[in-house]
Amino acid sequence: MSTWDNNPVLKVEHLTMRFGGLTAVGDLSFNVGRGDITALIGPNGAGKTTVFNCITGFYKPTEGRLVMNRSSGDKHLLERMADFKITADAKVARTFQNIRLFGGMTILENLMVAQHNPLMVASNWTIGGLLGLGGYKKSNVEAIETAKYWLERTDLIDRADVPAADLCYGDQRRLEIARAMCTGPELLCLDEPAAGLNPKESLELNTLLQFIRKEHGTSVLLIEHDMSVVMEISDHVVVLDYGVKISDGTPEFVKNDPHVIAAYLGVEDDEVEQVEEEVGIV
Amino acid sequence: MMQARQRDSLFVASVKDSLGGALVAFALACVMVGLKVDVASGRGAELFLEHRWLAVAIAVALVFVVRLGMNMFFWKREDAPSLGLSGFLPKGGLGDGSTNLLKYGMLVLAVALPFALMYYLGSRGSRQYIDLAILVLTYVMLGWGLNIVVGLAGLLDLGYVAFYAVGAYSYALLAHYFGFSFWICLPLAGILAAFWGIILGFPVLRLRGDYLAIVTLAFGEIIRVVLLNWYEFTGGPDGLSGIPRPSFFGLEFTRGEGGFADFFGLKYNSIHRIIFLYYLIFIMAMFTNFVTMRLRRMPIGRAWEALREDEIACRALGINTTNTKLTAFALGAMFGGFAGSFFATRQGFISPESFTFLESAIILAIVVLGGLGSQVGVVIASIVMIGGFEMFREFEEYRMLVFGIIMVVIMVWKPRGLVSSRTPSVALSKNAKGISADLVQEGHG
Ligand SMILES: Nc1ncnc2c1ncn2[C@@H]1O[C@H](COP(=O)(O)OP(=O)(O)OP(=O)(O)O)[C@@H](O)[C@H]1O
Ligand SMILES: [Mg+2]
Repeated sequence: MSTWDNNPVLKVEHLTMRFGGLTAVGDLSFNVGRGDITALIGPNGAGKTTVFNCITGFYKPTEGRLVMNRSSGDKHLLERMADFKITADAKVARTFQNIRLFGGMTILENLMVAQHNPLMVASNWTIGGLLGLGGYKKSNVEAIETAKYWLERTDLIDRADVPAADLCYGDQRRLEIARAMCTGPELLCLDEPAAGLNPKESLELNTLLQFIRKEHGTSVLLIEHDMSVVMEISDHVVVLDYGVKISDGTPEFVKNDPHVIAAYLGVEDDEVEQVEEEVGIV
Repeated sequence: MMQARQRDSLFVASVKDSLGGALVAFALACVMVGLKVDVASGRGAELFLEHRWLAVAIAVALVFVVRLGMNMFFWKREDAPSLGLSGFLPKGGLGDGSTNLLKYGMLVLAVALPFALMYYLGSRGSRQYIDLAILVLTYVMLGWGLNIVVGLAGLLDLGYVAFYAVGAYSYALLAHYFGFSFWICLPLAGILAAFWGIILGFPVLRLRGDYLAIVTLAFGEIIRVVLLNWYEFTGGPDGLSGIPRPSFFGLEFTRGEGGFADFFGLKYNSIHRIIFLYYLIFIMAMFTNFVTMRLRRMPIGRAWEALREDEIACRALGINTTNTKLTAFALGAMFGGFAGSFFATRQGFISPESFTFLESAIILAIVVLGGLGSQVGVVIASIVMIGGFEMFREFEEYRMLVFGIIMVVIMVWKPRGLVSSRTPSVALSKNAKGISADLVQEGHG
């Protein structure tokens, strides 16, 4: 029994997603430990993004169960919830592989939109806010403070009033993480956050993720191609190939798993040793 | 030698292309210009076919020659002189600072307008201009209402006139059947229009882009056709007349005892009511603007704009996109309803003819020309379009042509509308800059 099975924040049970005849994800089960950084890895087209889309409600799984255990003790069955409710109620936030920011809005506005739900309540569903009643003003100021906090953490504070589309790629990636964090998630799903970053930015990203996990107790589930990132920061690695789980364990364990090596080299399991010798890994 | 060859091939290619164009023109002109069905005069009402081959020849020749010229000198040349229309027009247009000045300038002008006109032209001469100003303000209000839906939320609504009609008919019918006064009907008309906005929006807002546009277009037509055919209830094509005029806190604008003029000790003049209507629509329009500007700074307004930018990202942030779209639709519809009941009370007579698709198109054109999401832009576009429309009445049909050309010129010059920068709804620093429209999305439904 590994640590992530004791108190999982998310349990994925027999998840299957079919698109017509194509089984993008087949009977996948794994646990995301509370407070862990869990990495979901696999070759291109393995079905990683599909798993994310199922967790965040963008796809309805063909089969299987997704149980989110909030720290409050509430259980949410994600496969039955509408996508926006998964973020609003189950507190799962995500970023996208192809960045999706509100390009024509400023960075600060992006972070304010992320706090839509609490602000709506504070403004009595707009009516109170429109009439200037209640604590809307105060909540608004607090929301700006939260935004500023995350802008400082992601090093974007100087550019708060710049349209998001004007940011460079690395900054956009960090802004997307900051925006997801502004929804106050308990589980943060990051789809290839390090893609296209230079080594320095990649390092900063690692620090940011460690910080999020440590200071905010947010569990992180990330898809990553860069093995060095995965090995360095993750506590738990799940490996997918053709939609099927081929390995699950600590980074050490996964690194030495012949199935994983086979999948990444693109050969059959029993040919691994031979190929490794040829390439000169061993 | 090379030069000559190139020149030659350029010429040959141009001629080929122009011949193609001429052929298409011939095919079209044959049916559209060449044949004309006419009623024979004298011999009863017999139809006969008239041929106009000369006109066809002229049309085809014109297409060939112009196309050849354009091909030779611009389209097919590599060193074509850049004859972008934009070259002739001033760059930049309305910047941040100047819009602010413009805003307050226009506000002062709008408040002072009736009195300035009265002073210079007298009550007789100014009447027509105040009437025109009322019309412009009605379109400003409609433009601002539609701006919530199209400009902020990015939902393309081609049937906005439906809500205008619902507002107008709500007031007319409530007054007709129950004898309600304008001031009771105004909010009711808005609520009814918003209600219809929700009824329509609920099934329709899951559609996106073109599909949404088509369905809203159909809805606009359905409302008009129902109004046209439900003779017992709406009076059908005869319309509804004798719609009561609004009162000034219970004071009617009538001659004699107890009227507005009598109460204030003024000499009765029919212009009083016109001026009252002017300020009424002015206040209603400013109210629309005020609410919209306030909402933009509230979570709901930001959610609308975020929806226009990226709907999927909105859902990933926990925003209920259906409800958000519905509120935009209902609110836009409500302001349309207000404007509609004002229209009814001003005209005193309404019929389905006032609510054709052309109205929707004009309102949408105002929003697009003004610059999606820009409040000042809507005002300028309304003045240019409605004002221009009325000013050039004597040109009759040509004004449509000129109108079309102006639209094309504006769209070439400023493809994002006259005022094409977006002010952030919240900023940390005092001097945050406007966001260039190139970055702002138009929404996909
Ligand atoms: N909406 C869809 N309709 C049909 N097929 C889909 C859909 N979404 C994903 N797929 C298919 O599912 C498979 C897995 O895709 P997915 O995007 O999950 O891979 P991935 O592991 O994220 O790959 P990458 O590393 O390239 O991002 C692919 O074969 C893809 O074509
Ligand atoms: Mg992917």
